[in-house]
Amino acid sequence: MSYRLETAEHPEQLRRVAIDPVSRVEGHGKVTLLLDDSNKVHQVRLHIVEFRGFEKFIQGRPYWEVPVMVQRLCGICPVSHHLAAAKAMDAIVGARRLTPTAEKMRRLMHYGQILQSHALHFFHLCSPDLLFGFDSEVGRRNIVGVAETHPETARRGVLLRKFGQEAIRITAGKRIHGTGAIPGGVNKSLSIEERDTLLRDAYQMVAWARDAVHLARQLHETDPALYNSFGIFRSHFMSLVGADGRMDLYDGRLRARDDAGAIFFDGVAQADYEKHIQEEVKPWSYMKFPYFRALGNEHGWYKVGPLARVQNCDAMPTPLADAERREFLDYAGGTPMHAALGYHWARMIEMLHAAETIKDLLHDPDLLGGELMAGGERGFEGVGMIEAPRGTLIHHYRVGEDDLVTMCNLIVSTTHNNQAMNEAIRHVARRYLHGREITEGLLNHIEVAIRAYDPCLSCATHALGKMPLAVELRDADGSLVHRLSRGA
Amino acid sequence: MSAPFVILACGNPSRGDDALGPQLLARLDAWLRAEGLAESFALIEDFQFQIEHALDLEARRAALFIDAGTGTPAPFTLQPVLPDDTPGHSTHAIPPAAVLAVYRRVVGGEPPPAHVLCVRGERFELGTGLSPAAAAHLEAAWPSLRAFCHALLQSTADGGKA
Repeated sequence: MSYRLETAEHPEQLRRVAIDPVSRVEGHGKVTLLLDDSNKVHQVRLHIVEFRGFEKFIQGRPYWEVPVMVQRLCGICPVSHHLAAAKAMDAIVGARRLTPTAEKMRRLMHYGQILQSHALHFFHLCSPDLLFGFDSEVGRRNIVGVAETHPETARRGVLLRKFGQEAIRITAGKRIHGTGAIPGGVNKSLSIEERDTLLRDAYQMVAWARDAVHLARQLHETDPALYNSFGIFRSHFMSLVGADGRMDLYDGRLRARDDAGAIFFDGVAQADYEKHIQEEVKPWSYMKFPYFRALGNEHGWYKVGPLARVQNCDAMPTPLADAERREFLDYAGGTPMHAALGYHWARMIEMLHAAETIKDLLHDPDLLGGELMAGGERGFEGVGMIEAPRGTLIHHYRVGEDDLVTMCNLIVSTTHNNQAMNEAIRHVARRYLHGREITEGLLNHIEVAIRAYDPCLSCATHALGKMPLAVELRDADGSLVHRLSRGA
Repeated sequence: MSAPFVILACGNPSRGDDALGPQLLARLDAWLRAEGLAESFALIEDFQFQIEHALDLEARRAALFIDAGTGTPAPFTLQPVLPDDTPGHSTHAIPPAAVLAVYRRVVGGEPPPAHVLCVRGERFELGTGLSPAAAAHLEAAWPSLRAFCHALLQSTADGGKA
């Protein structure tokens, strides 16, 4: 039903409400609503108004520069792009299998990235809505407000993120623009001092992450009517899983489940992704719309990210997180959870998994030394996938005899969730806005639905004085009827 | 012992004039080393100011935030900033005043005195270099940045009145 809300029959006769930009997500997006005179919703779209052009930007560059260059895509998940590109370039240098030191250093970096990003998203971006309510006072619905009312929660959020950033700094050399991963391996191992620096806090991080899972769960249990239905719609799921079917956020094969939880495809090699995924272009957004080829564009779209991963794997390889995963599945009653706010709970389970994984890795002597590089027969095409904080991230490159990149295709996590985010906001618009007077609090419901997916709309352009939020209501002639604004 | 002063600059070097902060920080780093002053300053570069930067302010005598501005006075402004609990709507990157306010909540007590150096940029597209206008603004800001650092050191010599 909500799918019909993508395109109104007579848009010229309708009033337009724009949320521009959507706040507390990474990058720049815009939501438009078309309403009739009775405030009935006829069209809802999430537009991605920022054009990256990164795939062209990368062409003509030497392949060994790419893992460092792609970090400039994003200020929140540069490590994910760094590692996905490095994995793709492993194939170019013929490194079919990394050395144990290289793989574990990369894993440590990656799980640090998952930890810091999930902590940032939950504590800094989402907890204000979750703790104070979606239509609470705007001036309070932010991290400073959280710090005031829940100081210990805010403090832990800061320290969890800082710990993840430290794991990145130590493994990549720097918190941003790191150079830890290179085609075929890594350029450093861990010193004993570096290991001990992280070990000093690792157990505390596990404990705090577990508390965060319980906080997310408590929110669901306190208001199940809201949490179990907000932004809900059924869809397929997709993620990488390890060879044994357990969650693996660094490597694995593609698995998809249908909306009832049955496996749709499994064991798909990363290099074969194009056999199963097709991308569609729509004229009103720069972001593409991927779908499963076998099901077509109307029925083949899917979700990625924490909600998909936690329900797509057979188990999680760390005990505390796996116990929480089973509680999550039990709560959902044996069928997949599709509610958008379920992302937060699942995200905290993954944060716990990341903290446990880091703690375990730090006890592995392979990190402290050994061969850093592997190599083999030169290749000319590479696909690197990783489970980034927001979901499956695909980097695909072709490289010429002259070592220059000739083709680059990126399907970032948020792109996989594009249709899902559009469906979520249509559901919310029908439920909360349909026929009502539009208020800032009601519009924030739309943002809450988008934010649950933790979208990264291509980011890191920022400057003092940017990022105002203005909502304008215009009639069909374009005349301003009503305006709400916040921020600068 | 940590450096008494911290200078935080943010920006994405691949985003046109967003590189103003990182470029100024790199120039400052070289200059401080050449002048033998590097031990007195902790330099931190990031894509955006974030809540954990409150922790970088601990045990400092003073702090300076450097960022590019859009629609801000040209060529630059250098002015004190106070903790501000009035939040913006965007928390994926928070302004310096909010970092200072978070310091109060997370670390406790008053943050060190802080200033913001805001250098005006004009274009922020991916893959472009500094615009001619931004390059001129950077040059205009550079002597003031050096003078500011000297003033900080002088304040220490005078008893730490940063």
